[in-house]
Amino acid sequence: MEEVRLMKGNEALAHAAIRYGADGYFGYPITPQSEVLEVLEEQRPWETTGMVVLQAESELAAINMVYGGAACGKVVFTSSSSPGISLMQEGISYIAASEVPALIVNVMRGGPGLGTIHPSQADYFQAVKGGGHGDYHLIVLAPSSVQEMCDFMWLGWDLAFKYRTPAMLLADGLVGQMMEKVVLPEPRPRRTEEQVRLQCPWAINGRKDMRKRNVVTSLELVDEIMEQNNLRFQRTYREIEKNEVRYEAINTDGCDYLFVAFGSMARICQKVMEMAEEEGIKIGLLRPITLWPFPAEQIKEAAKGAKGIMVVELSAGQMIEDVKLAVECNVEVKHYGRLGGIVPTPEEVLDALKNQFAIVK
Amino acid sequence: MEDKHMDVQDIIKPENRVYKKPALLNDTHMHYCPGCSHGVVHKLVAEVIEEMGAAEIAIGIAPVGCAVFAYNYIDVDWIEAPHGRAPALATAAKRLQPDKLVFTYQGDGDMAAIGTAESLHAANRGENIAMIFINNAIYGMTGGQMAPTTLLGMKTSTTPYGRRADLNGYPLAITGLMAQLDGTCYVTRQSVETPAAVRKAKAAIRKAFENSMHGKGTSVVEIVSTCNSGWKMTPADANKWMEENMFKKYPIGDLKNE
Amino acid sequence: MKEEIVIAGFGGQGVLSMGKILAYSGLMEDKEVTWMPSYGPEQRGGTANVTVILSDTRISSPVLNTYDVAVVLNQQSLDKFADKVKPGGVLIYDNYGIHTPSTRTDIRIYKIEAMEATFELKNAKAFNMIVLGALLKVKPMVSVESVLKALKKTLPERHHHLIPMNEEALRIGMSLIKE
Repeated sequence: MEEVRLMKGNEALAHAAIRYGADGYFGYPITPQSEVLEVLEEQRPWETTGMVVLQAESELAAINMVYGGAACGKVVFTSSSSPGISLMQEGISYIAASEVPALIVNVMRGGPGLGTIHPSQADYFQAVKGGGHGDYHLIVLAPSSVQEMCDFMWLGWDLAFKYRTPAMLLADGLVGQMMEKVVLPEPRPRRTEEQVRLQCPWAINGRKDMRKRNVVTSLELVDEIMEQNNLRFQRTYREIEKNEVRYEAINTDGCDYLFVAFGSMARICQKVMEMAEEEGIKIGLLRPITLWPFPAEQIKEAAKGAKGIMVVELSAGQMIEDVKLAVECNVEVKHYGRLGGIVPTPEEVLDALKNQFAIVK
Repeated sequence: MEDKHMDVQDIIKPENRVYKKPALLNDTHMHYCPGCSHGVVHKLVAEVIEEMGAAEIAIGIAPVGCAVFAYNYIDVDWIEAPHGRAPALATAAKRLQPDKLVFTYQGDGDMAAIGTAESLHAANRGENIAMIFINNAIYGMTGGQMAPTTLLGMKTSTTPYGRRADLNGYPLAITGLMAQLDGTCYVTRQSVETPAAVRKAKAAIRKAFENSMHGKGTSVVEIVSTCNSGWKMTPADANKWMEENMFKKYPIGDLKNE
Repeated sequence: MKEEIVIAGFGGQGVLSMGKILAYSGLMEDKEVTWMPSYGPEQRGGTANVTVILSDTRISSPVLNTYDVAVVLNQQSLDKFADKVKPGGVLIYDNYGIHTPSTRTDIRIYKIEAMEATFELKNAKAFNMIVLGALLKVKPMVSVESVLKALKKTLPERHHHLIPMNEEALRIGMSLIKE
């Protein structure tokens, strides 16, 4: 029988990584996600699965270790929180440009700058619009429960390897620090070198049997070739947009108002929906699971017939731009957010909805 | 008896060959300036890998700088790192694949300016990698700007009146720092301006590579080099200038050999 | 059933771990549970609080503004959370260090002498288990057996000899509640 455990989101993702058969973790401590490294060090997976765990000297080093490992075709990841993720943007851009798979976890905290250690979702733009330099995208998954912190690690790697592109888990301090029930997946062994050679023929693992050499690079000084590289990246992104949109729709059929919220805010919105139902207000929730690719069509569909949409985010209004684009101004779109590490209460969000749409009950 | 001058056909007979291009140096035209030290060091790296029989396990990490295209010349697997981060990539490549021969090839900007933290920390952790460090005291690729190793008084495009300690700080002898770290087993300074120096440099590279495969820790081979284009000298003058000036600040020889 | 609980006090009083044991006990009874701490530097000496929800059905928000039960262990926490207890709800506070109790009349208020009992027991570490005992007496949301099972599950093997002491603390806590 599968074992149900109680864990923090940060702990769950560390266990999920070991069980996926991860080859390496490289990270630098930062609140509110330091449990990831702590749990891995405590679990000592190098003695069981052979997984490498290394506390790097900085986030810069950590992301470049991930780059190095990813180039070797290995299953590698790092985790950090907002300021650390900013430092990693250079490496993330290189990883995307080199077409190697990697997983980056951002347990967001309030910014800008050193900001606060409390939850935020203000790195949405950074995560879904690029973040680093150049025309690239990350596959961005937004977990809203501890179980999803676990499950999306596996999904993130599966997608990263399928498309040879970096993926990001965009969580926040709330999901990282919260404890919930979680069922961990059955452990899988790490891939052998033979399996890596078969699955990742591009990987940097030496010219065994004097095969043609492999080079992983993001540099191409012949502009015509660089343009072709970029067009290839874009074709991959179109494929991802076509195949990998994920979302959850709750009570969206015939709803009067539609919430669009991700991660921890989607949880709070569900509480608001329970409260509103008692007052006779029908609210639906569309929760993007992939923030990129964004479920634009699904939001457009869910908003049909609704009097209005409220985007609830722990930011001054970032995802709202994508929601507005999705509904093409056919539905009124409002926003409610708290900044600087403050998490709104369900009562507050319900009041905001009533005020902004002048709902009188 | 007819006069026995060797013709071309005789000269290229295998048994008459006294010098050959290493098999692992491919036929791509190098972009290095004539007189540059990089070409010689590339050849040495290729020869050492070949002689160690390590072509199937060698992984190079290329820098940003003139040697950015090292991956086009030496016929092994390569990753091209962001500027300064080669030691971080090498750390992962080696830890995840301990049976491979992993080396970085870095310039002075990569090793001693933008990548100081990564270089020192990889060495301090004693990563089982070899670091080849080309110190020519100038940024060649970007057009001759000051390097961390630029000598006092030396003119570069960003120190047009000569490097001044009060304005630009002092030249950084980073291998001296690395020799003090517990994680390094072998730190040496070599050069390649004479056949004798080339032979010593090759032995140093071989030792560094062997150390890494024996799990002895980090080895650093600094090659004090010329950049005759950046220095605006003929190759011969650059070699002379290097011996007279660079060697004072960066003396040739082992700094650590354990 | 659904119980929305906040536990608040000074860092070091075992607030977070008490919440954790309560959540784990819920897990032992196959309930849905969430445990949401205030986290960060305030854990180290300042005030700390944790929201625990036990429910038979899926839990939406782990963050709440009103609670069925508030357990407060210092004045600041009482000031902060007394007004957030739902009408008809429960407020439990430890008398030690509380100078201005709540004047609400629409909730059930229990004053306990847990700190005093800790002194008698000569075991400062039993404090949060005594408080938990009191809470479970007022609101038997999980059984004592489940708490002991949770302790067995969460404590490392080398600390299992402490379980009887924890059980005693629970019983003492229960005896502190007098209707």
